[in-house]
Amino acid sequence: MTAHTHEHRRAATATSVALGPQALDHAGATEASVTPSTRPSLSTPSTPPGAGRDVPPRSSSRRRLGLARPLGVGVVTLWLSVIVLLPLAALTVAAFDEGLAGLWRAITSPAALAALSVTVLVSAVVALVNAVLGTLVAWVLVRDDFRGKRVVNALIDLPFALPTIVASIVLLSLYGPNSPIGVHLNATRWGLVVALLFVTLPFVVRSVQPVLIETDREVEEAAASLGATAWTTFRRIVLPALAPAIISGAGLAFARAIGEYGSVVLIGGNIPHETQVASQYIQQQIEVDRPQAAAAVSVALLAIAFVTLLVLRALSSRSRRREEGDS
Amino acid sequence: MRRPALLVVTLAVTGTLGLTACGGGGASDAVAQPGSTAAAAATSTVNLYAYSVPKVAFDVLIPAFQKTPAGSGVQFQQSYGASGDQSRKVAAGAAADFVNFSVEPDVTRLVDAGLVDSSWNANEHKGIPFGSVVTMVVRKGNPKGIHDWDDLLKPGVEVVTPNPFSSGSAKWNLLAPYAAKSDGGTNKAAGLAYIKSLVSQHVKIQPKSGREATEAFLQGSGDVLLGYENEALFIEKNGDPVQHVTPPQTFKIENPAAVLKGSKNLAKAQAFNEFLYTAPAQKLLAEAGFRPVDPTVAAAYATKFPAPKKLWTIADLGGWKAVDGTLFKKDVGDIAVIYDQATQ
Repeated sequence: MTAHTHEHRRAATATSVALGPQALDHAGATEASVTPSTRPSLSTPSTPPGAGRDVPPRSSSRRRLGLARPLGVGVVTLWLSVIVLLPLAALTVAAFDEGLAGLWRAITSPAALAALSVTVLVSAVVALVNAVLGTLVAWVLVRDDFRGKRVVNALIDLPFALPTIVASIVLLSLYGPNSPIGVHLNATRWGLVVALLFVTLPFVVRSVQPVLIETDREVEEAAASLGATAWTTFRRIVLPALAPAIISGAGLAFARAIGEYGSVVLIGGNIPHETQVASQYIQQQIEVDRPQAAAAVSVALLAIAFVTLLVLRALSSRSRRREEGDS
Repeated sequence: MRRPALLVVTLAVTGTLGLTACGGGGASDAVAQPGSTAAAAATSTVNLYAYSVPKVAFDVLIPAFQKTPAGSGVQFQQSYGASGDQSRKVAAGAAADFVNFSVEPDVTRLVDAGLVDSSWNANEHKGIPFGSVVTMVVRKGNPKGIHDWDDLLKPGVEVVTPNPFSSGSAKWNLLAPYAAKSDGGTNKAAGLAYIKSLVSQHVKIQPKSGREATEAFLQGSGDVLLGYENEALFIEKNGDPVQHVTPPQTFKIENPAAVLKGSKNLAKAQAFNEFLYTAPAQKLLAEAGFRPVDPTVAAAYATKFPAPKKLWTIADLGGWKAVDGTLFKKDVGDIAVIYDQATQ
């Protein structure tokens, strides 16, 4: 049973790391459908799923897929190139318009550095808060039952559906100079944090939820029966299992937060060196007719996002491997 | 059986991608107002591009024009934004028929691009249908006691003025104290010293247009807003808790208007342009808070628009070409450099 649970968790977390949390919804569904067929295999825990079933002869299936595979790869490459790589390439070319020196000068100008540091600082705070509270929300949604649970579950996705500028207007009317509750957060960094918490709420929750659904309660019950407190059980059994999902969810929240514009544009106040985030700095450079500086800071922002996601992915797979090593 | 299907799919995908690549490559900036080209033929639409604050004037001028025989049946598509930004948009290809910017260089840009005839300012009013003066807006009761340019440099006073690279209003706002301190440009060093002190120590945010600066001020940023007198009158009329103080030495704001010579509705656009100089239109402008150029109307509204003790004009400083070239030119102008140092 331990092997089964272990394989389960490994599959779930592998999916989360490899495909990203958006795919977890589907992964969760397929996991659930795979469960019944692999459960009886007490004797063969390491048999790959489907080994006992009928498999069509290798050669004809390969022939059937012969043209589809290169076509598939070709279409995917073309699509990714057009949608992602081409704009990024154009952006990089624009950033190097005045050479490497121009790029460096644009990125290290005091206002640009201030904007980038405000952005990274605020986004890191938001990612950390989300890591804790998002996990809590996911926990309550999975483990507890209460009236209106389905409504709350649906509400989690609301920030995805709402246009970010609407979020900014709402937050400004709630926490701005005309606040009905007397809280004035406009033109402060806390205003930025609140706005970003709103838009990044779903990331950690939706990342952790499927993993929580799939974890086996029996291990926790065993720990409890052996005398572990609830906190110990959480710390030593549940958290390591959830760690990869939390980390990747927090990474996505961070990446979204550093690029966010619509929700912070009204409540932030756009004060250089104080509350101006990188996206607002970039817009300002475009408005004052300095497209090269805008492109340069955009490239810097992308680099930060890329490096962060890479580091978090490495951390996530390391914690997954450690988890497997322990078990 | 599968191969033909696969072939068809491949051809379809390649064909679609190829067609999307070939078709419709145009200036992505050619943002025609929705339905304007179709409507232009039917009901003659005039595309109006203006700087950020004159909407309050056009809201009354356009219906008045539509009541005249020359303007009956003419629809207007209006676009408002920072003067520099709007000018660059039109220069880049936005479909405009009539433009009204904050400062003359924004029209000169279009003349240089071949979009506006160089005789646009040949009429008796030099292409300027209305104007204003630079004023200071403060919180109601004037808690910081702001009355003149020197008061802006008092410690702890925060001044809100837009960024001169995108906004025309910003240029007027900076020329006013510059002219006052440099005595009409004769003592350049004194003028620039004031600007440097103002920009590096008292200007904290960089709104992109006059209207955006007003909104930032109304939301609580800053103690003093520099801007057009017509904008000050507008927000006071709206009941916001502010008042305006015009310093004894200030600057005469002149907002140019021109017609694009390649316009699809040249006759109607020109008719509108001429309408702005007629007495009824000038009266409406005065009612809306803009200083009229017609001397009779101006005399009639003298109490609404008090004459400051000394009103500097762009002509005193040598004209826009000289001023823009020496003070505001990107990277080399004196004020441009000061702004870059303060904001970069």
